[in-house]
Amino acid sequence: MTEEIIKDVIIGESEDYIVNIGPQHPSTHGVLRFEVCLQGETVKYIIPHIGYIHRGIEKMCESLTYPQIIHLTDRMDYLSAHMNNEAVCLCVENALQVEVPERVKYIRTILDELNRLASHQLWWAAFGMDLGALTTFFYGLRDREMILDIFEESFGSRLLHSFNTPGGLMHDVHPNFQKKIKEFIKYFRKKLPEYDQLLTGNVIFKQRAVGIGPMSKETAIAYGVTGPSGRGSGWACDLRKHAPYSAYDKVQFTECLETEGDTYARYKVRMREMWESLSILEQLVDNIPEGDYTAKMKPIIKLPAGEFFQRVETARGELAVYIVSDGNKTPYRIRFRTPNFSNLFVINTIASNFKIADLVAISGSLDLVIPDIDR
Amino acid sequence: MFKGIASLWAGMRVTGKYFLSPRAIVTQQYPENRKTLKMEERFKGEIIMPHDENNQHACTGCGICEMNCPNGSIEIITDRVPNAEGKMERVIDKHIYHLSMCTFCGLCVKTCPSDALAFGQKFEHAVFYRHKLTKVLNQPGSSLRKEAKK
Repeated sequence: MTEEIIKDVIIGESEDYIVNIGPQHPSTHGVLRFEVCLQGETVKYIIPHIGYIHRGIEKMCESLTYPQIIHLTDRMDYLSAHMNNEAVCLCVENALQVEVPERVKYIRTILDELNRLASHQLWWAAFGMDLGALTTFFYGLRDREMILDIFEESFGSRLLHSFNTPGGLMHDVHPNFQKKIKEFIKYFRKKLPEYDQLLTGNVIFKQRAVGIGPMSKETAIAYGVTGPSGRGSGWACDLRKHAPYSAYDKVQFTECLETEGDTYARYKVRMREMWESLSILEQLVDNIPEGDYTAKMKPIIKLPAGEFFQRVETARGELAVYIVSDGNKTPYRIRFRTPNFSNLFVINTIASNFKIADLVAISGSLDLVIPDIDR
Repeated sequence: MFKGIASLWAGMRVTGKYFLSPRAIVTQQYPENRKTLKMEERFKGEIIMPHDENNQHACTGCGICEMNCPNGSIEIITDRVPNAEGKMERVIDKHIYHLSMCTFCGLCVKTCPSDALAFGQKFEHAVFYRHKLTKVLNQPGSSLRKEAKK
C-alpha cells in the first residue's frame, strides 16, 4: 500500500506530501528519521528509518571477553546504563551458577531504581519540552542532577558507569552512599508533587495528550511494546514483578497499569513509577547487608558451552540478553533484544490519522533512545 | 473552563515561587569556577600512573592492563636490562596510553596486580593536535619501586 502512495506522489497524481522528520530533528531525540506521508496536516503513514548510529555492538562483543562486554552495553541505552550492565552480568552469573553476595543484590537493585528515576526525570523534562513547556526541562534536570552526583561520587562517572562486573561490582560504594540517597528521597518526595502541578493537570498539556495515539493491549502484545509504554495499554509486563531478579523479590511495590493506552496513560504510568521507585528505595536503603562486594571469580571467565538467556526490566522495557557460548572466553554469538526497537515500530499503527504535531507527542511518550535501537 | 484556568494558575504558582524566592541556585558557573571546582575522589578523568618523590612507580610491565583493555588504548613496550645479580630482567620502557580511544571502563585499574594505575581527576582534555592525546604514563628516568616486588 505504501509503495502505491509513493508512486502516486512521484507521478504527481496524489496531493500527498512525503516529508522527512530527522535525522537531525530535536523531537526524535537522536539520529532517527521518520519518513512521513502527509495529507495536509494529517499523517497517513510513517516509515521509521534506523541505523544512523549503528556501531555493530553485537559483532564487537564476539571478540571481547565477558568483563569487557559490560562497557559496551552502557552505550546502548545510555539512560538505563546500569540495567544494561546488570543484564549481561546476570546472564554470565547464571551460566556459571555463581551465587553473588546479598550485598551486591541490594546495591544493584538500588542502583536500578535510581537509574530508572533519573531516566524518567529526563523523560519528563524532555516530554514537556516536546509539547512546548520549556519549564519542565529545567525542573527535571535540576532533580536528576542529585542522582548523577550520587553516581559520580560512587562510580566516578555520571552516565556510563560500567560498575557491574560478572560476579559483583567493580568496587564498593562510597561511604556517603546511603546518606546521600536518604537526602535525595526526602528532597524528591517534596519535588514530585510539583511535577503534577506543572504538567499533569495542565489544560493545554491534557488537550495535547488525552486520546492521542491510542494503543490497544492487542497491539502492544503484537508489537512487543514493553515497559511503561506497554503498561499504559494495560499489559502487565513488569519483569520486576513477574520474573524477579536481584532483590526485587524482597521488596513490595505495585505494578503501575493504565488501561486507556493513549499518550496520557503512558505519561501517568511513568509518573506513578517514580513514586514506586522512591518507595522501593526507601525499603532497601537501610537494609543493605554487610559483606563482600563481589563473589570469587576466576581471573579468566569461560562460560560452559551452551545457550544462556536473561531478561531484565530497564526504564524503557524488557531487555533480553542471549548468549551462545562454545566454551571459550569470548561468546560465540551474543544477541540483545532491546526494548526501544520494538517500541519504535508500533508508531505507524498508533500515529496514523493523527496530526503531525501529535506525532511529536506520541514519539515522546514512547520514550525512545536511539542508540538502543541501532546498537 | 475555570478548571483549565485553575490548572494554569497551579503551574504558574510553582514557577513564580522559584522566580521570587530562589532558595538554592543549582547552576554551576563552570568556566569561572575552575579554581574552586573539585571533582570527586573517584572521578574517572584519565588514567595516570602515580609516581612517588623518588620518581618511582609500581608498574612491572606485566601487560595485564594491555590485555584487559577492550579498545586497545594501552600499549606497553618493555626492555630487558641486567639487574644487580647480572640476570636479564624485564622492565617497562614505555607505558603508552591513547586517551582518544579510552572509554573509562576502569578494567585496567581494577585488574592491575601491583596497583600501579589510578584514575586522575583532570577532565579538560581538548587539545589542538591529535598526537597530544597519546601519552606516555611513566615519567622519563623513572624506575620500579622496590617494595612492589615483595
